[in-house]
Amino acid sequence: MIEVIKPGPYATVQDLGRPGYAHLGVPYSGAADTTALRLANRLVGNPEGHAGIELTFGGASLAFPAGAWVAVTGAPCPLISAGAGMTVPVRAGMGAPFWVPAGGELRFGTPARGLRTYVAVRGGIAVEPVLGSRSTDSLSGLGPAVLRPGTVLPVGPVDGLAEISVDVAPLREPGPAVLRVVPGPRDDWFVPGALKELCGRPYEVTQDSNRVGVRLSGPVLERARQGELPSEGMVAGAVQVPPSGQPIIFLADHPPTGGYPVIAVLSAADLSTAAQLRPGDTTRFTLRKTPT
Amino acid sequence: MIRAAGEHGLLVETGSLEVSHRLDALLRAERPGSVVEIVPGPETVLVVAPGADQLRLRERLTDLARAAAEPPSGDRTAGTPAVVVPVVYDGADLADVAGETGLTPEEVVARHSGRELVVGWLGFSPGFAYLTGLDPVLHVSRLATPRTSVPVGSVAIAGPHSAVYPSASPGGWRLLGRTDLRVWDVRADPPSLFRPGTRVRFEPA
Repeated sequence: MIEVIKPGPYATVQDLGRPGYAHLGVPYSGAADTTALRLANRLVGNPEGHAGIELTFGGASLAFPAGAWVAVTGAPCPLISAGAGMTVPVRAGMGAPFWVPAGGELRFGTPARGLRTYVAVRGGIAVEPVLGSRSTDSLSGLGPAVLRPGTVLPVGPVDGLAEISVDVAPLREPGPAVLRVVPGPRDDWFVPGALKELCGRPYEVTQDSNRVGVRLSGPVLERARQGELPSEGMVAGAVQVPPSGQPIIFLADHPPTGGYPVIAVLSAADLSTAAQLRPGDTTRFTLRKTPT
Repeated sequence: MIRAAGEHGLLVETGSLEVSHRLDALLRAERPGSVVEIVPGPETVLVVAPGADQLRLRERLTDLARAAAEPPSGDRTAGTPAVVVPVVYDGADLADVAGETGLTPEEVVARHSGRELVVGWLGFSPGFAYLTGLDPVLHVSRLATPRTSVPVGSVAIAGPHSAVYPSASPGGWRLLGRTDLRVWDVRADPPSLFRPGTRVRFEPA
């Protein structure tokens, strides 16, 4: 098991989400940056869909009463492994499996870039699943509670897991993000130049962004049609435009249906990039070139 | 018309809720490869299928949408019985709704429970079903200021819809009453008593 000494600004348990229930009003949820969670799991020999911990702005401390193999990916944090008879705390590395001895403690600093850091433990976080997933859904409240000081997280069995066979994986650099988009499904609700406007000047990520969506401030996307769009199914990566004309990129906890038109949808490969945008970052959109 | 919703999603325009429901049923029966989500809406069905051959899926959806657009043969209400929801009509807004519609509270109850409703789609929160087919006399606006918490099991109306709150949540719908029937339970399979197309009848308890 792992004990949360402090969770940092916001930390939750996440796996790859809760598929198959959107028609019942259940968000997909799961890790916002699935690329990072999958990598962290592979590094410790877990199946990619095991549950890990998603930190927001780092800042956490985790205690390990029993020893465990751990890997940390996503937004790069200063990382210190302490305690357990170590004379000096050791600086641990991102993107590489390492052993935390029994009685050890992992301390995460604040990432200089990026937003979400993922912690995988060999065996996975074994909280009780809800509708087939261990993810905390911040929109609907399904799944385990948000981590607090004192939260105890069980770790699953390690027998039968793959060997740990990778020393270190190159980390994706959270950088100045250019997000590729596919137009539609409702680009015809906007004035003819709106897609060009979306892909023109950069947008800034605002403070009220969260796991539901990245809220942006920048060029206003003007509608050609007024009135309300009948509620329709929404996908992750949808760039939804409320009446303010300021777009929102839907992340893992987005509502499964919505009534504001979606001008474009992020290329699937860029969803993880969007999930690492932090308030104050700027980002640009570009039309995806070749259809896949 | 079928619109792309990103690389993994296709949004099929059905033009009506009934066609959405028929397409939803056809898709659930067939489950074309890689389909993860089928989300019917009032005029669309969203199909999410990561890794699917989008061209082939689009062709199949075109055929299924065409079949769904045909009026059904036979009695579509045959088979599954309607879900009966017993209601204690003592809601905080019952008197206001009566005043606004020019009815007595008893008449509001009679009109609310007098017709069979159909689940249009779910959204807002897990298990929150938008019930369609409400008596037009009962189409009232939402509260100007939503309540910060509406108790689980509240039976409410707003606009052309009725609903049963599946869990406690904020809400601006007008409360007519409450039911003990559990419409949402994460431990049940399926977790929701209501699915798109489910027929529902309210009954004074």
